[in-house]
Amino acid sequence: MNKRLHYVIDGDDFTSAGQASGDVKKVLKTLGVPSEIVRKASIAMYEGEINMVIHADGGVIDVDIMPDRIVMALKDSGPGIPNVEEAMQAGFSTAPDTIRNLGFGAGMGLPNMKKYTDSMEIDTKVGVGTTITMTVKIV
Amino acid sequence: MKVSEIAEILNAEIVAGKELADMEINSACGSDMMSDVLAYFKDQGILLTGLVNPQVVRTAEMMDIKCIAFVRGKRPDGTLTDLAEERGIVVMLTDETMFTACGLLYSNGLTEAGRHE
Ligand SMILES: Nc1ncnc2c1ncn2[C@@H]1O[C@H](COP(=O)(O)OP(=O)(O)O)[C@@H](O)[C@H]1O
Ligand SMILES: [Mg+2]
Repeated sequence: MNKRLHYVIDGDDFTSAGQASGDVKKVLKTLGVPSEIVRKASIAMYEGEINMVIHADGGVIDVDIMPDRIVMALKDSGPGIPNVEEAMQAGFSTAPDTIRNLGFGAGMGLPNMKKYTDSMEIDTKVGVGTTITMTVKIV
Repeated sequence: MKVSEIAEILNAEIVAGKELADMEINSACGSDMMSDVLAYFKDQGILLTGLVNPQVVRTAEMMDIKCIAFVRGKRPDGTLTDLAEERGIVVMLTDETMFTACGLLYSNGLTEAGRHE
């Protein structure tokens, strides 16, 4: 059941943010992936997708669904993360109040992404962009 | 507790997912921060919130939350209710405040959603 999905995430459209994650969730369900795994993968991707929109002006997401795992690669050309260790801490956020008023910016996104996936790698460079690769095991 | 009973307790109007009124809801969480919902709650059930934007429905969708109650008389627009309808998520509107809405459901036997550590 190998499947590859590709999404372009619009950085100016907060309303549509999460569409890609919703689509991946639908595909995973259709493929018969166990619901607890679907849930973990889609929450992690959703947090990453929201981050792309609120912190990085959009980007692209590639999802590889393999028989034994789901690999999600989120790539943006945003500002990069100067201190990954700090960004990974629960509650750390640089989001402005405008974002908090929309229900995000609690600084739980990156910790959530780590919690809900089996592995997560952050490749980031200030002024160049960020690529986050997450893997969720199916079996 | 059925969706219809919750609507009755909250004196709420159901504006999306009317056909799901018989669905059973066994837990609840109340928050205006979607980040916190995504971080801390692990059950399905009902989400009570005073935040009105389509990301509330997206959050519910990712979390397998089946029902959203907007408190304090907040009224979502058609984009939000259409999205919920499409996803099979119930949306109801109540004039109660967050505190009172949660209190009413709690005292009628609905308990907190399971929590991640
Ligand atoms: N794709 C990204 N590009 C640039 N900075 C990011 C990105 N993702 C996260 N960050 C930084 O890491 C911080 C923590 O992220 P996160 O845990 O998701 O919390 P939040 O999004 O609520 O601020 C953000 O506030 C931001 O400074
Ligand atoms: Mg975030």
